[in-house]
Amino acid sequence: MADKVEFELVSPEKLLVSQPVDMVVVPGSEGNFGVLAGHSPFISTIRPGVIDIFEGERIVDRIFIAGGFAEVTETRCTVLAEQATNLNDLDRAAVEQEIKDRGEDVEDAKSDTERAAAESRLAIARAKLEAITGATAH
Amino acid sequence: MPSLKDLKNRIASVKSTQKITAAMKMVAASKLRRAQEQAEAGRPYAERMGRMLESLAANVSSNGQGPKLMTGTGKQDVQLLIVISSDRGLCGGFNGTIVREARRQIARLEGEGKTVKVLTVGRKGRDQIRRTNPKAVVFSYEDIGRKRLSFSEADTITAKVLEMYEAGEFDVASVIYNKFKSAMTQIVTVQQVIPFAVSGDEAAAQDSGELKAMYEFEPDEEQILADLLPKNLSIQVYRSLLESAASEQGARMTAMDSATRNAGDMINKLTLTYNRTRQAVITKELIEIISGAEAI
Repeated sequence: MADKVEFELVSPEKLLVSQPVDMVVVPGSEGNFGVLAGHSPFISTIRPGVIDIFEGERIVDRIFIAGGFAEVTETRCTVLAEQATNLNDLDRAAVEQEIKDRGEDVEDAKSDTERAAAESRLAIARAKLEAITGATAH
Repeated sequence: MPSLKDLKNRIASVKSTQKITAAMKMVAASKLRRAQEQAEAGRPYAERMGRMLESLAANVSSNGQGPKLMTGTGKQDVQLLIVISSDRGLCGGFNGTIVREARRQIARLEGEGKTVKVLTVGRKGRDQIRRTNPKAVVFSYEDIGRKRLSFSEADTITAKVLEMYEAGEFDVASVIYNKFKSAMTQIVTVQQVIPFAVSGDEAAAQDSGELKAMYEFEPDEEQILADLLPKNLSIQVYRSLLESAASEQGARMTAMDSATRNAGDMINKLTLTYNRTRQAVITKELIEIISGAEAI
């Protein structure tokens, strides 16, 4: 494993991460995919989930993102995400509260579009909780 | 001829005005730096988004059908103008130029027999456009980016625009904003955002044509494009808000700088008159005393 992938995580407000890594695992909307150097170029949407950054065989960083897009080329992996939080910074109680709040939003929604928006926010919050419980189970 | 006391008061009042304008200039300068930094930080995302969109659009447009945001509604009857101005005044010609351009566009489009709707961002633009075109303003936002402009604020505006588009309330949307060139100059820019215009540069498309053909997509192109286009709209709105915020601070800085200088000139002139008057008063008193003494 001589080659590294240039991994970039970008939010609209700033460039969050830009570093060479051995491998990243990205939660694509049709299944997780790992990116190693020399990956064939492709573009995918991302579902809410956790990006794992590998150095060697070890996970060095886990970042939760609330959906976005990934662009992969042979030497580069760029992830465009709106919300990104390091998994260590997520607080379980706060997320549980968020799920509760969002659940109420769904019930309070007046129109279909409002409900759909609230439901997608609820899904993001649930994915967050899943990410946390998954992380502690490790 | 104004009395000595009047002059003194006048000088004091101009001096305090000068202090205010000098402080505002300083505040604008630091806000400008922050706004510029923010605009700088937002650039990577927009660049990468643009790159992805181009390769996607090249793939989709070749097979004809694309999402509505890209192909348009097939009509151009109802035009939406998103006018970005500021909430506060005292920034030189900043709001004036924006409103003038907006009015010009409205007049042009209405001359072509089209219906114009206006969505304003910022109190100043709303008030001024409402004065001449009261019916055109359909929606307005205030206090955007009051503390610090965030992407979610741009997203709320975009959500509203998309909702209107889905409901078929307009066919074409453009953003009018001040593009930041330097602290001294802002360029009024009109940019069409819906339908999304692919930078139809034939040569550039051919240059990177090989690269584009190599991408695989998951899920298919249309699906990704349908997700990506609304995001891209948010980005464009966000970027124009950023540009506008930087321009506003730049314009205010320049305006306050010249105001401070003018106040300085005025103080000099008033001080001169004050001193002359003072001397005249002293001379007059002396003459009175001397002629009084002579008379005895």
